[in-house]
Amino acid sequence: MHLIDLTLNKEITKVEGSATLDVKITNGKVDHCRFGISEYKRFYTQAMRGKPYRALPTLLARICGTCSNAHLLASIEACEKALGFKPSHQAILMKQLTMFGLNIRDHALHLYLFAMPDMHGKDSFLEFDENDPEEHQILHDAFEIKAAGNYLSIIIAGRSVHAIKPQIGGFAGIPKPEEITEAVKKLTAARPAVLRTIERFMQAPDRFDRQTKFMAMVARPFSYLEGHIVSDQGDYIEEKDYREHLEHTIIPYSHASGYKFKGQSFMVGALARINLAKDTLHQQTRKDAQAALDLFPSTNVFHNNLAQAIEVLHCLDQSIEFLQTHHFETEPLGQPTLEEGTGIGVVEAPRGTLYHRVTIGKDGKVIKGDIIVPTGQNQINIEQDLARRIEELLPSDPDADSLQLELEKLIRAYDPCMSCASHFLKVRIDGAAVRAGQTLHQDRNQLVPQK
Amino acid sequence: MTNKATQSTATPTGKKLRIGWFSYSCCEDSTIVFTELMNERWEVWKKVLDVRHARVLQTNNVLDEMDVAFIEGALASQEHIDMVKKIRVLAKKVVAIGACACDGMPSAQRNDFDAERLKEIQPILNQFNYNKNVQKLEEVITVDVKVPGCPMNEQTFLTALDSLLTEFKIVA
Repeated sequence: MHLIDLTLNKEITKVEGSATLDVKITNGKVDHCRFGISEYKRFYTQAMRGKPYRALPTLLARICGTCSNAHLLASIEACEKALGFKPSHQAILMKQLTMFGLNIRDHALHLYLFAMPDMHGKDSFLEFDENDPEEHQILHDAFEIKAAGNYLSIIIAGRSVHAIKPQIGGFAGIPKPEEITEAVKKLTAARPAVLRTIERFMQAPDRFDRQTKFMAMVARPFSYLEGHIVSDQGDYIEEKDYREHLEHTIIPYSHASGYKFKGQSFMVGALARINLAKDTLHQQTRKDAQAALDLFPSTNVFHNNLAQAIEVLHCLDQSIEFLQTHHFETEPLGQPTLEEGTGIGVVEAPRGTLYHRVTIGKDGKVIKGDIIVPTGQNQINIEQDLARRIEELLPSDPDADSLQLELEKLIRAYDPCMSCASHFLKVRIDGAAVRAGQTLHQDRNQLVPQK
Repeated sequence: MTNKATQSTATPTGKKLRIGWFSYSCCEDSTIVFTELMNERWEVWKKVLDVRHARVLQTNNVLDEMDVAFIEGALASQEHIDMVKKIRVLAKKVVAIGACACDGMPSAQRNDFDAERLKEIQPILNQFNYNKNVQKLEEVITVDVKVPGCPMNEQTFLTALDSLLTEFKIVA
């Protein structure tokens, strides 16, 4: 048998945080394919106990930089439900605007700084050439969209990272009229760039189809904050019951936890949301992104990128409508109606369903809590897909660099977030050629040739 | 306040500042802020920064001599300590970025855990070779500049970058 030794030990780049991919191929067989999150835990589940509940959301926001405002709102919702707060109509609207700003900023970061260089054979987004008309346009579009989302986050939530205005019971401040005018101007100006973004990701050549269960919290109209958890296989679960359906899966080489739903791996995130709820998007989005939306429901994991681009347009259209139609008025923060209790907050974070649960005692201190992040829910699928991708690629005898690039592209399509991590995402591939036509199946985390 | 690093009127000298951007135990909030500051400044930064190492931006990272290493996050393992010591040798200036690098917290919150919590987390600490205590950067290497904040204070960062660009004669 022809043997090729492949040994890669490099950082995986252009992702949020840290993970390890350890692939070993011996004598034409994939011994294992392990995707482990190498986050050095900061133990928030332990740290939250005993904290005054009003300090909890800002503490838990520190779990993740780029998703911080999603953690903030999930924790606020959990605390509000635990103690019977009733958010006002304006508070709910400002929470939605906070999520729109987050998704515009975060999706644009992923699409342009992480995914786009792969599509143009570049190492870094900053390598795009401003003297080339197409690349010049891409550079400007990326930063214009990101800036519009960043500005929206700042005027609504105070900051785009670790926001300061969203609080338990409401918002500590409202945007000024001139800020609203400026935000509408920036969002409207960025709309052509968003439409070009959708077009670019429609044309993207990469494809990786997989059958899986797609899950998301879905509402009508489209919402990142409300609804029921549904799947494309008929599951329909209330927020408060979601945790009971998730099975914690120990992954021995990962600092983080994986999850299964009713014994199956599943996928959360923009692709799941658009597959399940494309008909609930803003009407202007549905009209102008019709050609792209016709591609959904999709089983192509790379369409997670296109789904994110469509979501950016929805966030932009819905934000403009809210900002132009709502009259913001200063209002007091809501107050608790219960002395103690357990609450659950579920939000659709940029990368998928984010779950926070908290139990608060009569002394106002946190007794216990539980957090499940989207990447933990996608982790098993990612690993399975990487194994299958290797199987697809090895018969063409790829060199180590091209194999790593293809695996990284697939990882990036999932847009995993390991931001709490030590940021050392290593790939180690040891191995030899797999015989052409050989197939593999996965038995837990071990891959063996199919008999 | 103005910053040369952000002004189109700043005059590049033709040299570029050789930088690395490194993240350890933290939530990478300051990395995100860095990418947001880029929205308005990328055209200038492309002219004046030679990014040698930044995992969030590029794949072909080189760990070699740098003018400035920006280090975000606290140090939770011997691997982290070994890396920052290596960076310290390679970099003329080290800038601590954000609360975890400058003060250790909130990454170092486990240092203050009671016995019950320590017992809960001990299996993870053992399995993945965590250090007993999480350390701020200054406890391990000499830090030249601090940019505190959670996330880092934007203006402090821009002022520090401006000063470094001038000190290394990247802009006039």
